[in-house]
Amino acid sequence: MNQVSVNTEQPVLEVHNLTRVFEIGRSWLKEGKPLRAVDGVSLTVKRGEVLAIVGESGCGKTTLSRLMLGLQQPSTGDIRVLGEPLVGVDRKAFARRVQPVFQDPYSSLNPRKTIGEIVGDPLIIHNIGTPAERLARVEAVMEQVGLPRRFIHSYPSQMSGGQRQRVAIARALVMKPEVLICDEPTSALDVSVQAQILNLLQDLRQELNLTYIFISHDLSVVEYMADYVAVMYLGRFVEIGPAKRVLSEPKHPYTQALLDSILTPDPHKGLPNLNLGAGFPDPLNPPAGCRFHPRCVKAMPVCATVMPKLFHIEDTDVECHLYDGVKA
Amino acid sequence: MTKANSSNAPGGEAIIDVSGLSVDIAVPAGALHAVNDVSFSVGPAETLSLVGESGCGKTITSLAIMRLLPRAAKLTANHIRFDGQDLSRLNEREMTRLRGNRMGMIFQDPMTSLNPVYRIGDQLEEVYMRHRGASRKEARERAVFLLEKVGIINPGQRLTQYPHQLSGGLRQRMMIAMMLMCEPKLLIADEPTTALDVTVQVQILQLLRSLQKEFRMALILITHNLGVVARMADKVAIMYAGRVVEQGSVEDVFDRPTHPYTRGLLHCIPRHGLTAGHDRLGSIPGIVPSLVGNISGCSFRNRCSFVHDACGTGDVPLRPVSDVHDYRCLLSPEKLGETQQGVAAQ
Repeated sequence: MNQVSVNTEQPVLEVHNLTRVFEIGRSWLKEGKPLRAVDGVSLTVKRGEVLAIVGESGCGKTTLSRLMLGLQQPSTGDIRVLGEPLVGVDRKAFARRVQPVFQDPYSSLNPRKTIGEIVGDPLIIHNIGTPAERLARVEAVMEQVGLPRRFIHSYPSQMSGGQRQRVAIARALVMKPEVLICDEPTSALDVSVQAQILNLLQDLRQELNLTYIFISHDLSVVEYMADYVAVMYLGRFVEIGPAKRVLSEPKHPYTQALLDSILTPDPHKGLPNLNLGAGFPDPLNPPAGCRFHPRCVKAMPVCATVMPKLFHIEDTDVECHLYDGVKA
Repeated sequence: MTKANSSNAPGGEAIIDVSGLSVDIAVPAGALHAVNDVSFSVGPAETLSLVGESGCGKTITSLAIMRLLPRAAKLTANHIRFDGQDLSRLNEREMTRLRGNRMGMIFQDPMTSLNPVYRIGDQLEEVYMRHRGASRKEARERAVFLLEKVGIINPGQRLTQYPHQLSGGLRQRMMIAMMLMCEPKLLIADEPTTALDVTVQVQILQLLRSLQKEFRMALILITHNLGVVARMADKVAIMYAGRVVEQGSVEDVFDRPTHPYTRGLLHCIPRHGLTAGHDRLGSIPGIVPSLVGNISGCSFRNRCSFVHDACGTGDVPLRPVSDVHDYRCLLSPEKLGETQQGVAAQ
């Protein structure tokens, strides 16, 4: 579906037609209502590439990241890392290849363990190396993320938000994973610290040839980080393509609205006019036809009844009726 | 939509005038100087933004104005003039009469600032009944009127709901409506959109702005988001380690940032046109100094690229760049500016 790269090398991460349905309000008396949190998502990422997933809260981006981390099982579809399927494989094998960096470094680190223990724990769990080898690995990885060695015996409470996020990154890197899934890694941080962490992620990517899935709602951060951007709305990718193109020539009206909502620090501009309906639709009762049509300024009669097909235009994939009749 | 430039017009009396506000908090190691000699004023329909990173004192400043400081905090000020009274000298009962009535505050997380066990309607109506002595019926009418104002469809039904039944954006609209029940002269919004989606953020900011103009409220907007500041504020005060390091009209401060900290902050924001993997963001090395004990000299000196011997001794005063633009640094704007171009060229 969304083949965004022409690179012939084997993809590091492939997701094919992934769906996750939750049943809401189920009891022994009645059937639950299906909530399609992720609904037919496909993506391909090559080594060293960064794919950003953007969208509003509730659009399914966190569920998608949990599926890719193996923390939840998909309802249908499959995930492959370097060609090997991961669905149904045991959690540990999964964890060696895909590691997370979460949003909030205050709640994602165990407050009763030292930094050395936090970073080294994955090695113990996976039975890797002797204690001396583990210590060497922990020290090496701490140096990579710019944490002084003296922190090895410190506790998370003794560190600032930026330092904690470095610890979280070190813990993710210690297993030498193929893919890092960064879920809003800087949105809990101050701007100057955010800049340090984003720069660090860029450096590590180049040094280690890492692949990132970068989940964010901040499009200016995405522009700085990503090679490819996928715009998610109610469980589906409505637009996916090279970051440069999606962020400069958005094709989907929703992408346009997201771009309009970026507030650049320019005091000579007022607040933008979004041309966007206020209500985020109820995922339990998604609108018929195109899911975005109740909020869309360019909605046509057909949008309310028929689900748009996927159109491949230039190097971007977009799901929108505006492109009906355009040659793919 | 352009911003009305309504900075202190001659004859336009300030609604709130803060002079020499300091807050010390008693901690085991001594006194923590959370806010140090902060002064500003905000006029009708004018927006002042307090900007800075966590721990810079922006929230403590607003809590001091509302007199909601924790017990361990000690407030001193030349005056905090509001509505003909000096807030720093009022007792708790007199303040209770003002809060929610003549002055209101909106917090970052609307979930924790609404009471989860009462219906939205009860919470809105209580404010009006209590401060204005209105009947339940009058209060209900006012609540419905205001919910329509903040763009809520079907207000009658919404009023019977509980906070957890609403989305974040709706809750924040409810908070704004609640604050407007008594038509306050001053509204303090502490990170009102930080917990919201970017699209909802723009809508809430538009709402705040239009209601502010309609009711001619003074707005103190506290945020760390420089984009929000640039688009919303008339005046801005950049805070660092409890002090205002630069303040002035938003155009002056953003177009001609003078203090090294302000310039550092503006450099840190990813902006349009950067290329992934090629460009680097600016960053400010080092960390904020401890605010406990005696502080002398410039509090930014351990992170500043212009640091020299004189920075470590004596007090650094606020100095003018222009009539409406001050900064707190020993070096002249010209001296700071020369190297600024050097930084930009790198």
